[in-house]
Amino acid sequence: MFRFLMKGMLRDKHRSLMPTIVVTLGVFMTVAMFAYMKGVMGDMLNNSARLESGHVKITSLAYRAEVDILPNDLAMEDGPQMMAMLRQDYPELSWSERIKFGGLLDAFDENRETRAQIGVGGIGIDLFGSDATDRDRWDLKSGLRAGTLPQNPGDILMAAQLAGNMGVHVGEEVTLISSTVNGSMSLQNFHVVGLIEFGIPPMDRSMILADLNDVKMMLDMGDWSSEILGFFPLAYYDDVLAEALTDTFNTLHSDPVFMANDTLAFSANLDHDDSIDRFAPFMMSMLDDSNMREYFGYASRAGSIVSFVMIFAMGIVLWNTGLMGAIRRYAEMGLRLAVGESKGHVYRSLLVESFGIGVVGTLIGTIMGLALGFYLQEVGIHIGDMMKDSTMMMPTIIRARITPTAFYIGFFPGVIATLLGAGLSGLRILKRDTSSLFKELET
Amino acid sequence: MKYILPFLMLGAMPAMLMAQPDAAEILRKIDKQMVTESAEATATMVITNRRGRETRITSRSWSKGETTSLVEYLSPAREKGVKMLRMKDVLWMYTPQADRVIQISGHMLRQSVSGSDLSYEDMVDNGKLLDIYDAAIVGEEDFMDRPCYVLRLRAKEGVDDITYAQRKVWVDKTRYLPLKEERYAKNGTTLLKNFEIREVMKIGNRWYPKEMYFKDVLAKGQGTRYIMDDIKFDVELPAYLFTKASLRE
Repeated sequence: MFRFLMKGMLRDKHRSLMPTIVVTLGVFMTVAMFAYMKGVMGDMLNNSARLESGHVKITSLAYRAEVDILPNDLAMEDGPQMMAMLRQDYPELSWSERIKFGGLLDAFDENRETRAQIGVGGIGIDLFGSDATDRDRWDLKSGLRAGTLPQNPGDILMAAQLAGNMGVHVGEEVTLISSTVNGSMSLQNFHVVGLIEFGIPPMDRSMILADLNDVKMMLDMGDWSSEILGFFPLAYYDDVLAEALTDTFNTLHSDPVFMANDTLAFSANLDHDDSIDRFAPFMMSMLDDSNMREYFGYASRAGSIVSFVMIFAMGIVLWNTGLMGAIRRYAEMGLRLAVGESKGHVYRSLLVESFGIGVVGTLIGTIMGLALGFYLQEVGIHIGDMMKDSTMMMPTIIRARITPTAFYIGFFPGVIATLLGAGLSGLRILKRDTSSLFKELET
Repeated sequence: MKYILPFLMLGAMPAMLMAQPDAAEILRKIDKQMVTESAEATATMVITNRRGRETRITSRSWSKGETTSLVEYLSPAREKGVKMLRMKDVLWMYTPQADRVIQISGHMLRQSVSGSDLSYEDMVDNGKLLDIYDAAIVGEEDFMDRPCYVLRLRAKEGVDDITYAQRKVWVDKTRYLPLKEERYAKNGTTLLKNFEIREVMKIGNRWYPKEMYFKDVLAKGQGTRYIMDDIKFDVELPAYLFTKASLRE
């Protein structure tokens, strides 16, 4: 029977080629779109974790309450002790200390007079310490456009676009005007050793990267720590794990009075209860830290809806393909019934055929979709020109992401919908009685 | 007797009028006490930050006229050698760490000095109130057991770009020192800063603040005390002192 069906399908292009092409295209679009959606969401989360929040972040309660103004004067004391404790008690995470700060970057001439001055944001990361994980995480080498990575204390990396706007070149000395944690104005000279492209427009316009210890010295922070970021071993964020971890940590190490209150009403709690230790550590998960929980929920739901609509629409198309294929062969089915083939046999053969077409089309479509997804994952789509004036922390390259689900998601519309279409139209065969069959054949 | 009393009162009128100076006269007398032709002083600023910790910054300053002054920090070690030179509306700041002279102007003049409750403007202010404000006496009250005139000051027509467009001032009736001030924004209702003179000293014929207290109402710290350790008036100061070149020396 299988041989008979195969011969029939191969000889009748309308039974094989056209449905296979339709299934292939439908599955291809489904898989490629799914990988693209996953990539966009993943990129946003990864960037946020890498540059901003880690998968979890520890700050003092007071710092957290005013986090928008980067209140380094409210940092946690005994940073090294905290880092040692975290590395010992929570070894499954990678811990990194960072300091964010703002200031004026001042480029000067040979008379040391101001030549250009612009407001900048800066991040201090551990550039020279024994633990290289954080600098690896920034992948500075791949973004370097000129010069080298910092080699010595006092070296900084500057966003290439910012340097261009200020007319600063590699090797120049610049002065960073900022404010110490005591409120004094701080003027510190740095050597620009490299120009870097972060790939995120707001950062490319105004960001510098300096060594953590240089920043601490400049801000007169001693061993205080503003932000300690924790990263899970896998690159992606696990919200269940993060929530469990923050609960455990805060119960053990944060202020018990604060924890007994509404922990999200920071300012209200801190301002109205003097018994709270304002400088106690507090851990937040990435979604809460970046206020992304609600957004992430919406985006996930929107992504699921888009994927569902895509799968559903493709399902309808492919169902229709199966339907059309079976209806087109109405007369053939009648003839086969007339020569004595049982209804069940005809129906089963129809299903086997459509299953075969679905599997072949899905396999080809999945391979094609994965190929496009892989290309978009590796090369991506450049949207830099569209984002040049953006203030959102969005990457300039949008990439797809191939997940294990991408390997099988095409089978739902590709195989099941095709099979359902054929099955539904085939039901007509079962309903035809012999008398009407002969009547139809006469005509 | 009843016929003599009105004549006695009439005779006392000029004396009564003299005892109650008008608001402009009060401002003139304040300026006479507070504004110096030239001075050299050493002062300590005690800043209590948001963590409740105290920082003491000692400085030496020289001033000439209303718009020229130089301040040099003597301690703590991190601040030592920092200098601020004011020439008219421009402030230059030098830090030995960076060996740079940076101009501070515009809104930056209103930024806090060293985390204190004083702005750069407050720090180098030596202007005459009478030139900037129209005044009106709005009452009389005691402040720190001293009888005071209470004045409402409003910026004169044409005086723009002024931080404290309105002030309420408690002026010591006999020493003519502004013992307490509430400094307001242009709308007259937004309080920006509180100022008090907590201790005074007499140098020659002049009463001068010994200890002042500033509180930036918009900041979360616990206020700043400014203690005048030593001050000399009408001193000879070389013109070179008030040049940008002198900052690096």
